[in-house]
Amino acid sequence: MDINVICYLLVGAVMLFAGVYGFFTRRNLLATLISVELMLNAANINFAAFNRYLFPGALEGHFFTLFGIAVSAAETAVGIAIMINVYRNVRNIQTDDISDLKG
Amino acid sequence: MEITLQQVIFGIVALMMMVCSVLAVTTGKILRAATALLFVLFGTAVFYFILGYTYLGAVQLSVYAGGIVVLYVFSILLTRSDKNMNERIPRGRWFAALATTLAGFALLVFLLLGHGFTLGGIPALQELDPAAIGEALIGMGKYQFVLPFEAVSVLLLACMIGAILIARKH
Repeated sequence: MDINVICYLLVGAVMLFAGVYGFFTRRNLLATLISVELMLNAANINFAAFNRYLFPGALEGHFFTLFGIAVSAAETAVGIAIMINVYRNVRNIQTDDISDLKG
Repeated sequence: MEITLQQVIFGIVALMMMVCSVLAVTTGKILRAATALLFVLFGTAVFYFILGYTYLGAVQLSVYAGGIVVLYVFSILLTRSDKNMNERIPRGRWFAALATTLAGFALLVFLLLGHGFTLGGIPALQELDPAAIGEALIGMGKYQFVLPFEAVSVLLLACMIGAILIARKH
């Protein structure tokens, strides 16, 4: 008895929309970045599950997931560097306090 | 129709991932959010193992759960985010965000269930040959991935230099 593909997709959907909700409601920049990670992770699960479901012999989704992990690691590193820099200048990383570029 | 051990594990992990991903965006303490994120990433690695992508699961464990979460915890402590997590947003905006999320989720679930995936199961646990992964990763032929591999290397180098440049003291 196999695991149905819809189970993977439903878990991915819950993660994606949890990320969307967090992205809308969080005020702290780090918490926002955690929400973005959730969304990226949901996309990665879908790539892997669809690759296994549609083309079990091919590796495209596998490598897309691999490169997705690398890109999200890069995004996190640069994002956290920017946040530490913001904290050094503003002493806070709430989204409302970062308004210097508003003019 | 008997239930295999694999399905039991999948069910437990899927439940844990859904609960933890909701917890990661609703909890009031940011360290708890990071911990919930860690459990979601572990669960994703378990999914990859169940799908047979053991290499992907190992990468997920070492890069995501090992590297990124440590980065998060350090930056939470560096920026004292646990002290200033005051989450009071206006009630109207909170309601709009919740409504958008629920509507989007309902639409997505409707599309998924209506598409007819329900008949297709995934054949379980046929592990990939590591040699095939290595050859596909650095081969130059059709369906081989040396160009994205090199692009990701350059991206990671640029990101390293950028992170050092941005975060250093002036």
